[in-house]
Amino acid sequence: MKQLGIYIHIPFCIKKCVYCDFLSFPADDAAKRAYMAALNEEIKAMAQAYRAYEVQTVFFGGGTPSCMEKELIKDCLMTVQMHFHVADNAEISLELNPKTATLEKMIFLKEAGFNRLSIGLQSADDNELKLLGRIHTYADFLDVYAWARQAGFQNINVDLMSALPGQSLETWQKTLHSVLELEPEHISAYSLIVEERTPLFDHFSQYPSLPDEETDRLMYHETKQLLAAHGYTRYEISNYAKKGFESRHNQIYWQRGCDHIGNYVGFGLGASSTVQNYRYKNTDSLSEYMTFCKTPEAFRYEAQYLSELELMEEFMILGLRRMEGISSSEFERTFGVSLCSVYKETLDKWQAAGCLAKQDGFWFLTEQGIDVSNTVLADFMKI
Amino acid sequence: MSNIDQSRIRNFCIVAHIDHGKSTLADRIIEKTGLLTSREMQEQVLDNMDLERERGITIKAQTVRTVYQAQDGNEYIFNLIDTPGHVDFNYEVSRALAACDGAILVVDAAQGIEAQTLANVYLALDHDLDVFPVINKIDLPSARPDWVKNEIEDVIGIEAQDAPLISAKNGVGIEDVLEAIVHKIPAPGGSRENPLQALVFDSIYDSYKGVIVFCRIKEGHVARGTKIKMMATGATADVVEVGYFGAGQFIPCEELSAGMVGYITASIKNVKDTAVGDTVTDAQCPCDKPLPGYKKVLSMVYCGVYPADSAKYPDLRDALEKLQLNDASLFYEPETSIALGFGFRCGFLGLLHLEIIQERLEREYNLDLVTTAPGVIYKVYKTNGELIELTNPSNLPDPSEIDYMEEPIVSAEIMVTTEFIGSIMELCQERRGRYLGMDYVEETRALLKYELPLNEIIYDFFDALKSRSRGYASFDYDIKGYEQAPLVKLDILINKEEVDALSFIVHKDSAYERGRKMCEKLKDEIPRHLFEIPIQAAVGGKVIARETVKAMRKDVLAKCYGGDITRKKKLLEKQKEGKKRMRQVGNVEIPQKAFMSVLKLDSGK
Repeated sequence: MKQLGIYIHIPFCIKKCVYCDFLSFPADDAAKRAYMAALNEEIKAMAQAYRAYEVQTVFFGGGTPSCMEKELIKDCLMTVQMHFHVADNAEISLELNPKTATLEKMIFLKEAGFNRLSIGLQSADDNELKLLGRIHTYADFLDVYAWARQAGFQNINVDLMSALPGQSLETWQKTLHSVLELEPEHISAYSLIVEERTPLFDHFSQYPSLPDEETDRLMYHETKQLLAAHGYTRYEISNYAKKGFESRHNQIYWQRGCDHIGNYVGFGLGASSTVQNYRYKNTDSLSEYMTFCKTPEAFRYEAQYLSELELMEEFMILGLRRMEGISSSEFERTFGVSLCSVYKETLDKWQAAGCLAKQDGFWFLTEQGIDVSNTVLADFMKI
Repeated sequence: MSNIDQSRIRNFCIVAHIDHGKSTLADRIIEKTGLLTSREMQEQVLDNMDLERERGITIKAQTVRTVYQAQDGNEYIFNLIDTPGHVDFNYEVSRALAACDGAILVVDAAQGIEAQTLANVYLALDHDLDVFPVINKIDLPSARPDWVKNEIEDVIGIEAQDAPLISAKNGVGIEDVLEAIVHKIPAPGGSRENPLQALVFDSIYDSYKGVIVFCRIKEGHVARGTKIKMMATGATADVVEVGYFGAGQFIPCEELSAGMVGYITASIKNVKDTAVGDTVTDAQCPCDKPLPGYKKVLSMVYCGVYPADSAKYPDLRDALEKLQLNDASLFYEPETSIALGFGFRCGFLGLLHLEIIQERLEREYNLDLVTTAPGVIYKVYKTNGELIELTNPSNLPDPSEIDYMEEPIVSAEIMVTTEFIGSIMELCQERRGRYLGMDYVEETRALLKYELPLNEIIYDFFDALKSRSRGYASFDYDIKGYEQAPLVKLDILINKEEVDALSFIVHKDSAYERGRKMCEKLKDEIPRHLFEIPIQAAVGGKVIARETVKAMRKDVLAKCYGGDITRKKKLLEKQKEGKKRMRQVGNVEIPQKAFMSVLKLDSGK
C-alpha cells in the first residue's frame, strides 16, 4: 500500500505570539465547535480518494490544537480512524501549549490514541517567554511535562528557539540544560526567523536586540554539541532525537521519491497537501472553508502538478535538509536517470567548496554546508 | 521651385538655455505658418525620438521649412534649424549655426540669462549671425520682462527694448516673432551661378534612401544627377534626389540653389562619409576651397559596454552598428575584459551622449548592459618617445615606461546667484579647478570662470553643482586642451585578484580618497560569500585602502514543513535569480551594478 501522512490544522490559539506568522487566531467556543464539525466533514469527504493508502502518521498542528476541548480532538481523531486505513503502529502527534493542558486531559488524549506530544516550550527563561508573547511560564511547562509522563506518553518533543531578542549564550545554555535534565525523546531547536507581518517585525526596534552573528553561531553549535553529548542525534537541520524517536511525520515532508513515500494530505483551514506530484493548499478563508467543507475540491488553491524537474528539485532541497542526505541510487530509482547526469556540476562545485560531502552513496550537507544551506540549496533550483 | 526669390528666404535657428522654451516656440512657428494645423501637431514636432520628448531635450539637429505670409503681402520661406541644446553636442550646434543667417535668442522672462544662454549666444555671434531676442513665458507670475530686457542689453550687448514679449506655451505674441524674423534676419547671400559650395550640418541614415545629407547651399546649385564630392572625406556620389524639409517628411524638388536649406541623397552608404561640417561641391566644377570650420568630431568620454548576458554579444554589436548609421559621433571597438567577457569600448561626445546611447540600447534593442566607469582620453607619453591615446585604463603601460601623462582640460563658465558662490567655488576647488575670474552679471548673479580637468566633471559634477546651489547654478564648458598632470591608475583587487573593469585613472592626490570610497562602496555592493573577501585599492602594486566583506556565517532556513515548501522554494529561486545577475571574477560573484560604483562615490554627500 502507498503511504500517507495526515496533517490536521487547528487554527485557534488563546493569544498569538509576537513572532508567529502561522494561520491562527483566537476564537470562542461556538466557533471552535463549528470548525471541528466542518473539519470532520472534510475528512469524510476526502476519505474515498485515499482507499489505497495506509496512514503512517497523523499530526494535529496549529495554532494550538491543545486549546480545543478534549472531546472535540478525540472526535476528530476518531473520524480519521474510521474513514482511513490507519496503521496499527501509526505515529499520532498533538501539538501542545503548556497553558492548555491538565493531567486529566492528557490521560484522556492518551486513551483516545495519541502517542506523541510536541510541547511548545521555546525557552526556559520566563523573561524571554514574556517578550515572545507566550502565555505560559517555565513552571507551567514543568507541570505539563510531568503530567504527560504520568499519563503514559513515551514520545515527547520539546520545541525550543534560539536567537531570541535579548537572549544570551548563557540563557540559551540554561534552557538547553534544563530541558536535557527532563530527557525528552525529541528536541526541535529552531533559530528564530523574524517574519514579515508579525508584531516582532513591525515593532522590531521596541524589542531588545537579537544576539549578534557571533553569538548566534555559538548558540547554534553549542546546541548540536550539547545535544549530541546527551545522546541526541541531529537528523535534520533543526531536529534532534534519541535513537528511534525521529519524527516520522516530519520526515515525510523531506522525502520525495517513488510514490510510496512523501505523500501528505492536510485537512483544515490553510492546510497544504502533496500527493505524488499534485500539490494544493486549502483556503485561508474560514467562511469559505465552512461553506464548502463537504466538497473540499471547491476550496483548493495554488493547485499544481509538479514537473519531473520540480520533483527532482524538491528531492534535492528537501532531502538535503536531512543529515543523512540523499541517496543517489534512490534518486535514480525514482527518476530513472542518474543523479550525476542532472546535478553533477552543482554537486562537484559544492563538494569542492566544502559544503557537500559524499559517503556510501549518500550526498549530505557538511557542518559548514548546513550553516549556509540556502546558498547551496538555491543552486539546485532549475531557473 | 527654381524661381524662389533669394531675398524671401530666411534661414535661422533658435538659441536658448535649456527649458527656456526653445522647442515650444519652434512648434508655434510651425503651427502659425500653416504647415500643420494645431490638431495635427503633436507636442513638439521637432523632437522625434521618444527619448527626446521624455527628457525634454533635443539630441539631433532638426530642420523644417515653412511658408509665411508676411504683413507686407509677400510670402517668405522660413528654414528653421533646431539645434541640440546640450554642451555634449557643441560641434553639431556650431555647424547648424553656420547654416543660418540669423538666430532668435529666447530668454525666460522669470529666470533671465543663464550660462547656456551666454554660451549659445556667443556661439551665434561668433558665426556672424544676426541675433534678436525674444522674451518668453511672460504669462508666469514671476515674469519681469523689463528687467530681462535690461539684462540682455547689459550682459550680451544686443538691442532688446523692442524684443517681442511672448508666451510660446499659450501662443501669445507669435505674430511679432514671425514679423521680426522677416525684418531682422538677413536674406542669404551667394549666387546660383558660382561653383557648388554646401555645408553639411547633419546626416541621417534611412533604410530606403541611404544616407540623407542635410545641407545649406552657400554658393551654386545642386540637382538630380550632379556628381558631388565631399571635400574632407573625399567621397564622391551621384545625386539621386534633392529636396527640402516638411515636418517629419522629405519633399523632393528640382534643385537646391544658393541660400537654400535642404537635403541631398546620393546613394551614400555610410554616414561616416558625410561628416558634419564637411563641404559638398560639384566634382566636375569644384569650388576653390572648403567652407571654414570643419573638424573631425572626437569622442570625449569612453567606457566599456558589455552585455549582461554574454550570449547577447552579437546582438549588442548589431545594435551599435545600427545606432552608428545615424550617429557618426558614436565610436566603438571590440574589447575584452577578464571580468566582463566580450564587449565594446565606446566613445561618446559627453556623459549625456553616453546616457542616451545606453538608454537607446536598452530600450530600442532590449539589451541588458553592464557599463564600466566612464573615462576621458589621456595622452600617455612613453620614455621611448611613443604617444598613446589611452581610452581604457587597463591598457596603461607599466609606470616605468611612462615619461608623463596629460589630461583634457575644459574652460567652464558657471552662472550662480551670489549666495552660492562660496559653495560652488569650494566644489570647483575639490575638483582640481583653476580659478580664472568672476564677472558680476548683475548685483545678485555672477559668472564664475574656471579651468577644470574633464575627468573631474564627467561623473557627477552637474548633480553636485545643482545640489550645492539648490538648483540655481547653470554650467557650460568647452574643451580647452591637454595639460600635464600626475595621474595614476587605481586598481581594485577583489579577493586578491585585480578586476580590470574596475580600474580607473585618477589624480595622484585624490587616489587615496577615491580608493577608500571605492572600497567602501564595493563592500556594500558585494554580497557575502562563504569566505572572507578582501577588497583592496592599489596604485602601482601598493595597496592604499582595504575593506573586507565578511564571510557569510549563516544562511539557513530553520523550518521547512509541508505548508512552507512552496514559499521557501520561491525564496531559493529568488536567491538563485539574483546570482544570475552577477559576474564571476575568480571565485567571487560581483553584482553588475558594482561596476558603476565609481560613479556614485560622492553620492553620500
